[in-house]
Amino acid sequence: MAAQAAPPAHIPAERKELPRVVVRFAGDSGDGMQLTGDRFTSVSAAFGNDLVTMPDFPAEIRAPAGSLAGVSAFQIHFSDHDILTPGDQPGVLVAMNPAALKANLGDVMRGGMLILNTDSFDKRNLEKAGFSSNPLDDGSLDSYQVYKIPMTSMTIDSVKGSGASKKEGERSKNMFALGVLSWMYSRPLEPTIEYLGKKFAKKESIAKANVAALKAGHAFGETAELSAFEVKPATLAPGRYRRITGNQALAYGLIAASVQSKLPLFLGSYPITPASDVLHELARYKNFGVRTLQAEDEIAAIGMALGAAFSGHLGITTTSGPGLDLKSETLGLAISLELPLIVIDIQRGGPSTGLPTKTEQSDLLHAMYGRHGEAPLPIVAPYSPASCFWAALESARIALKYMTPVILLSDGYIANGAEPWHIPSVDKLPDISVRFASQPNVGEDFWPYLRDGETLARPWAIPGTAGLEHRVGGLEKADGTGNISYDPDNHQLMTELRQAKIKVIEEDIDPLEFDGSDDARVLVVGWGGTYGTIGEVCRRLRARGRPVARAHLKHLNPMPKNTGEVLRRFEKVIVPELNMGQLSKLIRSEFLIETVSINCVRGLPFSSTELESELEELIP
Amino acid sequence: MTDHNGHSLDEGGRGITEASGGIGTLTREDFVSDQEVRWCPGCGDYAILAAVQSIMPELGVPREKVVFVSGIGCSSRFPYYMNTYGVHGIHGRAPAIATGIASARPDLQVWVVTGDGDGLSIGGNHLIHALRRNVNLKILLFNNQIYGLTKGQYSPTSEQGKVTKSTPFGSVEQPFNPISLALGAEATFVARTIDVERKHLPEMLRRAAAHRGSAFIEIYQNCNIFNDGAFLALTSKEGRTQNRIYLEHNRPIRFDRDGSKGIRMTGAGHLELVDVSEVGEKELLVHDEHRYDAGLAFALSRLSAGPHGPTPLGVFRQVERPVYGDGMESQLRAAAADQGPGDLAKLLSSGDTWDVD
Repeated sequence: MAAQAAPPAHIPAERKELPRVVVRFAGDSGDGMQLTGDRFTSVSAAFGNDLVTMPDFPAEIRAPAGSLAGVSAFQIHFSDHDILTPGDQPGVLVAMNPAALKANLGDVMRGGMLILNTDSFDKRNLEKAGFSSNPLDDGSLDSYQVYKIPMTSMTIDSVKGSGASKKEGERSKNMFALGVLSWMYSRPLEPTIEYLGKKFAKKESIAKANVAALKAGHAFGETAELSAFEVKPATLAPGRYRRITGNQALAYGLIAASVQSKLPLFLGSYPITPASDVLHELARYKNFGVRTLQAEDEIAAIGMALGAAFSGHLGITTTSGPGLDLKSETLGLAISLELPLIVIDIQRGGPSTGLPTKTEQSDLLHAMYGRHGEAPLPIVAPYSPASCFWAALESARIALKYMTPVILLSDGYIANGAEPWHIPSVDKLPDISVRFASQPNVGEDFWPYLRDGETLARPWAIPGTAGLEHRVGGLEKADGTGNISYDPDNHQLMTELRQAKIKVIEEDIDPLEFDGSDDARVLVVGWGGTYGTIGEVCRRLRARGRPVARAHLKHLNPMPKNTGEVLRRFEKVIVPELNMGQLSKLIRSEFLIETVSINCVRGLPFSSTELESELEELIP
Repeated sequence: MTDHNGHSLDEGGRGITEASGGIGTLTREDFVSDQEVRWCPGCGDYAILAAVQSIMPELGVPREKVVFVSGIGCSSRFPYYMNTYGVHGIHGRAPAIATGIASARPDLQVWVVTGDGDGLSIGGNHLIHALRRNVNLKILLFNNQIYGLTKGQYSPTSEQGKVTKSTPFGSVEQPFNPISLALGAEATFVARTIDVERKHLPEMLRRAAAHRGSAFIEIYQNCNIFNDGAFLALTSKEGRTQNRIYLEHNRPIRFDRDGSKGIRMTGAGHLELVDVSEVGEKELLVHDEHRYDAGLAFALSRLSAGPHGPTPLGVFRQVERPVYGDGMESQLRAAAADQGPGDLAKLLSSGDTWDVD
């Protein structure tokens, strides 16, 4: 079949410069859209653009081909300036089939570009997507710039000679699409060619087919003279950068915590979306002495991590909401044993199985209160993909210094999203090394619950240390000796001490900062992954002269010591959250401050346009 | 080679040679903690505690290298009474916590003390997976066929028809056979003994301690408060003679007075109890605990559904299989040898990077 490209809408004399672009790649879950988006991101990052990405994939591994349920998408927002969100409305949609068009068209900016794989717009696929007529020629897309490209057939033509089978060759059409986009936004092909060579090192014919398709797509863009644009590099602080996803940053942060604490890392984990990638990533770094154990269940995973912590390792477990439910009892044990432990919850939509691949911030109160008895523990929350590195180190620092389990609350949006990361200098990372108990601390005896006067932490004596043999358990124990105690006054004391130990951490964390104009009477408070959107919206409001300040909590328990003072400076405190008002509840109960909640639980980040109009109405 | 912590990665659970507190001079008393033992008077747990404390000095492992881990239940108070490191965990989770300890620190000798409720009901999943992985753990399952700490409900090993507080009309459930379960879970060491066995019990403990990998011992333990006499078929004067079948490696399996009875395999592959005088010794099954195929050991475990008639005691199976922690350590060593020790700065700058001036 001969290639029949639609004539370009206009022929550019030269590349038009754009400050920012939002592109969404969408196709069947087998079409390789995540990989395509990932490669486009990688070259854009290396080119020097600032960027934020958001993958959106179905929970089903392979939903029926061509169906709406099977559509997988990847959005990238890249720019020549500092940006904070993956963008609300794509200006460009690449749709590999009718279902991808149908599922995503509603989000695309009017007048935006649609790059469509016309080969897939046959009767069967149109029916599966629920189109009663073909949008390619029924006029329904008239308000968009439509590029009709027979990507499948052009890919098959281009891979002849690669040695790949027809089916294998056809699967390279995602690289054809990437080639087209690479031409349009002047992205280099070489890094992707190199990447493909490595990825398919063992299957040369497939590597060749992918490279051929990539080049063919690029050449098509050039010869068909498709619109071409340029997005210049962003001005970022000097230094070395790389692109990083939240889960990758978490894994690196945990390894850094192991190195900086001089403790071997031990991860007990059970696979769960969207946390499994942290297990996958950590399992690769055995040369750092990293032990990863895929446990039989969530309970075993935290039990193993706790056993490792008892033995002197940096014990970690990673999970998502349903797993946190199962880990609750062992968290209580860790609180009672007063051992350092890091529990990472990558939040997803709940309750129950809920929305496994979609984001939500609805485990905050679970992390705060989801255990029987009085069982407080510190909570740290990253606010962007790159900040996961900081959050992992910070969680380890608190866990080790105060001998307590810590919950790190990430979310699906942060976990899978990517952004450029200013790589920190290793010698500037904090020293979080610990000193194990080595000597008896009361005469000839060792008391495992004799506390440090300042941190209230108990000594950490690990097996193998002669003379410090001791037993710990979940039964209430006498402060000091650690022996089982049912004494009423002792239980009161121990309960108060466990509270005080968490409270004292507020002296040891950064104060809450807020920014905004001096005349601001309204404060927008957020936590976690909403950081970027809230920031961008507040920026826009201020640019329009609306007085608004914003603050973002990175420690949820304890909150920074000045939190109450900051909140009280404002007449109105607005709390946007991807839940039904959990931080709001905490603020109200902790500080007796009235809050206004903005809640959204659609499995997606806030739309900045919607958040902006909601805030607009609330600002006097 | 050592890890970040200076822990040796080379020593295994056995062969710990570094002297501390003078090994060899340790006595039973050195393993007795200062805590008052609080089981019911007459409980079978006392005898097991005494047996464990008595064999510990013989093992040549310094006290500080020994960890006892338990869950919840009467048996799970055990760690408090041992002057070693110990964790009294939560219900059913001892094998998981112990797996973390043993795989993080292969230099330690880790014991798990559990019961029929803790190990086979709420913690059944962890038990079978610890056995499957062959984690270097010595697992003592005190089987008294009842829930004691919660005051007398039926357990997963209680016999069908058992009348308890929670089954006033009798239990309608099929009980587990713990030996069959352990063998099915690929356990490499499986044995059974009785709390009142003054010689056999310590011998089984020694054998378990000497085994590399998961060692599982079912110990019939009398609960004199809620299930007294559950093992009378094996502990009464008459039962002791008639019903205890001691398994000994490489020996024909014989029991009862003067070994007058024995076990024979039929042509159809079933095991049957026979009079030796009728069939002759040559017909008897010779026990081979090292047989890798667990089929015969499984058949032996099925001879009695519970401790009601002739019941095998001793080591059903003892075979060698790679130990979980060893596999983990050798991967760490191989990675460090291949890639060199981890370099954090290099890791953080891996992948595509770019510089901004």
